[in-house]
Amino acid sequence: MEVKFNVRRYDPESTDTVAHFQEYQMDMDASSTVLDGLIRIREEIDGTLSLRCSCRSAICGSCAVKVNGEAGLACNTKIVDSLSENGNTITVEPAGNLPVIKDLVVDFQPFWEKIRAVEPWLQPEGEEPETEYLAPDEDMLHLAGVVSCILCGACVSDCTVMEVDSNFLGPAALAKSYRFVGDPRDDSAQQRFKTLNESGGVWDCTRCMKCVEVCPKGVAPMDRIMALREQVMESGYTNTNGARHANEFTNSVKHSGWLDEKKLVIKSFGIFNIKAMIGLIPLVIRSQRAGKVPPIFHKSIPGVENVRRIFEKVETKK
Amino acid sequence: MKYAFYPGCVSRGACPELYSATIEVCRILDIELDEESLKGASCTGAGVLQEKNLRLGDTLNARTFAMAEKSGNPLMTICSTCQGVMSQANERLLADPEYLASINEDLKEEGLEYKGTADPKHLLWIIAEDLGIDFLESKIVNKLNGLKLAPFYGCYIVRPTKALGFAENPGRKQALEMVIESVGGEVVDFPGKTLCCGFPILTINPENSVNMVANHTIDAKDRGADAMVTPCPLCHLNLDGYQPNAASARKREIDLPIIHLPQLLGLALGISPEKMRLNKHIVSTKKLLSELVISP
Repeated sequence: MEVKFNVRRYDPESTDTVAHFQEYQMDMDASSTVLDGLIRIREEIDGTLSLRCSCRSAICGSCAVKVNGEAGLACNTKIVDSLSENGNTITVEPAGNLPVIKDLVVDFQPFWEKIRAVEPWLQPEGEEPETEYLAPDEDMLHLAGVVSCILCGACVSDCTVMEVDSNFLGPAALAKSYRFVGDPRDDSAQQRFKTLNESGGVWDCTRCMKCVEVCPKGVAPMDRIMALREQVMESGYTNTNGARHANEFTNSVKHSGWLDEKKLVIKSFGIFNIKAMIGLIPLVIRSQRAGKVPPIFHKSIPGVENVRRIFEKVETKK
Repeated sequence: MKYAFYPGCVSRGACPELYSATIEVCRILDIELDEESLKGASCTGAGVLQEKNLRLGDTLNARTFAMAEKSGNPLMTICSTCQGVMSQANERLLADPEYLASINEDLKEEGLEYKGTADPKHLLWIIAEDLGIDFLESKIVNKLNGLKLAPFYGCYIVRPTKALGFAENPGRKQALEMVIESVGGEVVDFPGKTLCCGFPILTINPENSVNMVANHTIDAKDRGADAMVTPCPLCHLNLDGYQPNAASARKREIDLPIIHLPQLLGLALGISPEKMRLNKHIVSTKKLLSELVISP
């Protein structure tokens, strides 16, 4: 079948350093992959195209790019699956949220810095065992998904927070942190929670699920971030807007069955956070003027006692 | 068709205009709303309660599903977040019969049992799938010719695609664009349409949240949008309520009205803007409505 590749090109060393799209047309087998196409372009049409790849089997994690705007491994993205929306055109761009070195090759330095920041190594305490550190199989099972990470950067590429904030540790590093927090041989969870609770840590995730959707290995980074939030709160770190938000939200549902928006906003910032309270004034005035305010008295839903009973039952199960 | 109506917290709170527009639109579209059966249903947890206790969230949603089952009517949502959280809960409940049975144990005392037949559906999907676009078009009295509209879905109605049944219902990926076109609008496509509006981190990292509002509204505006339309009231709250902050952060005018999906439908179905409280937005819709070329 005839396929048109629309590839984003950028070469800082050429005379034309403005990023632009270049089209390549060729006959491809529908069952072949986007990577097959890119390699053919480089080998048969245009030797100046730069891309990274190695194993061609979704193991090495080298070939993460954006295909039709969404991150994934070029080697396990089939041509036939990429054509559905745009006729016979496939748009390929470098991974996002990382600096482009040339064409489809991005600089992974910021990626590694964030991975390193979560100290991705075991930190056991006490006397060293005579042989290796052992962990029972059943205690490692819950890590099966997260250890599948091949560090391809697809989640980082499409993270909606990293797009606006380079300080955010991001889905790959936070999932990596979960892997060590959850390892029975590691004894530094409390220290790890302290870092995760800081700015750029678990609370800055928006829960947009982009990372879950684009991860080619089922790591589900956002689910790990949510699990870390729970553990961070349980370990005593509750003095953050994020923890207050989660606590107040839950309290509101427990007591009235639904959300008390006014109280949630005030309690999340903290009522004694004068600066935040003053900052809210323009919004309150705007909303009042537009009549967009929740009812003054927050009434409980009918039969709220049934909701409260469920809370009591389920919370004691934890 | 009759649906057990789940309005969600926000349409009864900070977005009363969504509630009134929905009621009006459903009346014209012959969607009969059962407003009683889910009156005692709780909040879905919005993914926030689930951060503290996933099982608790699943139990509360199973309770809502059981109430809908009891009513005999399919469940209708009007919020992308409610939709996504319900779909995800339903996926977990249906995947594991033992889990569902143990959750049902906690519902027993109230005389409820979730049998696993609920299929929560957003009004957007109901229009695209149950009523059909042809039916919608047959009810249109004012074609919104010339109106350039940027779609904004809200994360929870586009991801995760598996829980949302995108493979079985491929039309869900383009449902909003389809509705915009069927009411006579012109779709202003932009990459941000399926990304995060920033609402979930509004009180956690306001700077990032406002930056997201700025990126999306400015991008849509610069591509020529007259307004943005969303099936998610949380996206509406952030994109509308914090647009003034986004404008001052970027030191430029944005002025992009953020319209709820039912309000857009209502305009085409001949419902008066006042009835749908289109005059009750933070970003004024006045200019938009005065410029709107309505053709019969």
